[in-house]
Amino acid sequence: MKQGFIRQLDPKDGALVMAHILFAFFALLLGGIAGMLQSVVRGGMYTLPGGIGYYQLLTAHGILMAIVFTTYFIIGFLYSGIARTMGGALLPMTRRLGWAGFALMTGGGLVVLAMILLDKASVLYTFYAPMKAAPQFYFGLAFVVIGSWLSGFGIFYQYRDWRKTHRGKLSPLFGFMAVVTMLLWQIATIGVAIEVIVQLIPWSVGWTETVNVMLSRTLFWYFGHPLVYFWLLPTYICWYVIIPEIIGGKIYSDALARLSFILLLLFSIPVGFHHQLMEPGVSPLWKYIQVVLTFMVVIPSLMTAFSLFATFEQNGRLKGAKGLFGWLKVLPWKDVRFFAPFMGMLAFIPAGAGGIVNASNQMNAVVHNTLWVTGHFHLTVATSVALTFFGITYWLIPVITGRVLTKRVNKLGIIQTVLWLVGMLFMSGSMHTVGLLGSPRRTAYTTYQDHTDAILWMPYHVAMAIGGIILFVALVLMIINVVALLRAPKGETLYPLGKSSAPEEATPRFLERWGVWISLVVLLILFAYTIPVMDMLGPDTYGAPGYKTW
Amino acid sequence: MHIHRLEKVWLAIGIAMLFVFLGVIGISAFALGTQPPSEHHHMIDPTKVKEIAPFDQPGIHQVGRKEYEAVIISFAFGYTTGPKEQPVMKVPAGSTVHFTVTSTDVVHGFEIPGTNVNMMLVPGEVSQVTHTFKEKGEYLILCNEYCGIAHEAMMTKIIVE
Repeated sequence: MKQGFIRQLDPKDGALVMAHILFAFFALLLGGIAGMLQSVVRGGMYTLPGGIGYYQLLTAHGILMAIVFTTYFIIGFLYSGIARTMGGALLPMTRRLGWAGFALMTGGGLVVLAMILLDKASVLYTFYAPMKAAPQFYFGLAFVVIGSWLSGFGIFYQYRDWRKTHRGKLSPLFGFMAVVTMLLWQIATIGVAIEVIVQLIPWSVGWTETVNVMLSRTLFWYFGHPLVYFWLLPTYICWYVIIPEIIGGKIYSDALARLSFILLLLFSIPVGFHHQLMEPGVSPLWKYIQVVLTFMVVIPSLMTAFSLFATFEQNGRLKGAKGLFGWLKVLPWKDVRFFAPFMGMLAFIPAGAGGIVNASNQMNAVVHNTLWVTGHFHLTVATSVALTFFGITYWLIPVITGRVLTKRVNKLGIIQTVLWLVGMLFMSGSMHTVGLLGSPRRTAYTTYQDHTDAILWMPYHVAMAIGGIILFVALVLMIINVVALLRAPKGETLYPLGKSSAPEEATPRFLERWGVWISLVVLLILFAYTIPVMDMLGPDTYGAPGYKTW
Repeated sequence: MHIHRLEKVWLAIGIAMLFVFLGVIGISAFALGTQPPSEHHHMIDPTKVKEIAPFDQPGIHQVGRKEYEAVIISFAFGYTTGPKEQPVMKVPAGSTVHFTVTSTDVVHGFEIPGTNVNMMLVPGEVSQVTHTFKEKGEYLILCNEYCGIAHEAMMTKIIVE
């Protein structure tokens, strides 16, 4: 071990990053307990004690996993990367914004959690009106969103300062990607902020009698789809920027990586109707237009797939690998920092294909609101994204704490990844299959008065529960690994940042013309939404009063 | 910006397949008429559903030879599919049924497993879907959108004889 090493992150920045990462894993543990319990209840193997509701657990699981775990981890990871690549430390203002964001999100998040535990907000993480939760639930959500905006402003501030002090230079790839990620988040969350602050808060407090349901759903899904890209972009940052360094190679193309991020920014927002294909109130033409826009993300996805495997192959050939697939052999399979994210990449192939099925306009009728959809996002966010975030954790915590990943924890990490995959194969595999047979998502144990169709779904629900239990064991192992990382021996761990194989001049500067890209995003959003939303605001629409049905 | 020749080929094939696919679903939706349940068929005050036609007379009504309209009201946690004296929907095999459904309270779902009938019921809007039942059987109709504490019990049936 080298003595007197220099820490890769300023301890003050490390504290901010660590607060986010540890809170993320705390949420993951709570959400995992809820998820495991749900799977055994739905499998008909267990009945919840003490008046705990299935839907209460489901609300907690969704919010803790999809909102808290992801958002905290992402903000922690992005702050670590911008500190490392843009100036070596966070600016005081950035750090303050980061902590202010953390405080607001945590305060709001705890209020939301309290309302769920008190059974005053069993409305699931989509909180569809006119189900009406306690006002505190919506206030809490608003604080979470506003907090995340402050965290985003911190990243923009750091980036702007770097550009000012490095005139004419190309920004670091990590910094650029962090800006795109938070820009996507800020633009997307405007929708849910309007829904919560303008529609739901006044209605739940009692200032307004009724709520425009179609408008609230449209605003939610204006946010709800880009939310999944908000999980995916940081995952792509790891795949594009971190993984090449871990395997000892180079980034395939800096320019194409940036171009794919810009395309993802453009085509992930004006597409929310593909979550609303089976509902009234939107014309088939506008649904189809948004379906076409949805499918445009296939282009950056294909670019990403090409780039990643090109990196692997180029690197393998430089190391002397021969034959069509010889480069596979020289990849560091025994390094969890590579293995976990790589398994995430593989899972993304069927996951992405399933996503194409979901968005296929009228064909969505086959899978809409069935367990197929649940199986889909357990492959995307709970496998591709989660395994990548786990892979990041194995070097990020050592970087912050000035410790090293030991062989033992590395091995436990590999076991954790394999367990996770096996659990997911059972759970997501059965969800996909039984979903095609028609079993609905978000539904507690039922045999529908012993209807034959529903009885035949049962074996799959039991397989889901087996998967859920295996996943929970894997999740506990992940928490053990996090604790082990916090207590690992002292030493120097480098922040693995890949370098581009091409010179800086190869990246065209128009990719950083933010004014152009933001204008294009706004134009696309206005095009995709103006007419349908005007229609929803028309004079013949009826509002709905609120109901507490749980 | 340099793009490798193989990447150009890869993208060209991918993008071409994408547009063929979009063309296929577009033609099937707009030329062949297999559209998702859409539109404001008509809007309705969700608190007065039972007073407004056709929902003042829920149930299955014959509108032609082997053609029926099923007027259904959904509520937490069930469906009204007919008057008290004939609450169960029955049609002969080979019938085409036009479902006209709305909600009196929260958002519900309307799914018949084994068919392509799957739509959202949003208070204030009327949802419509058509299906031809070729085979005999007791078809399960279930709510596939979480609607509250007894959501899993929300179901009805249509009997095809």
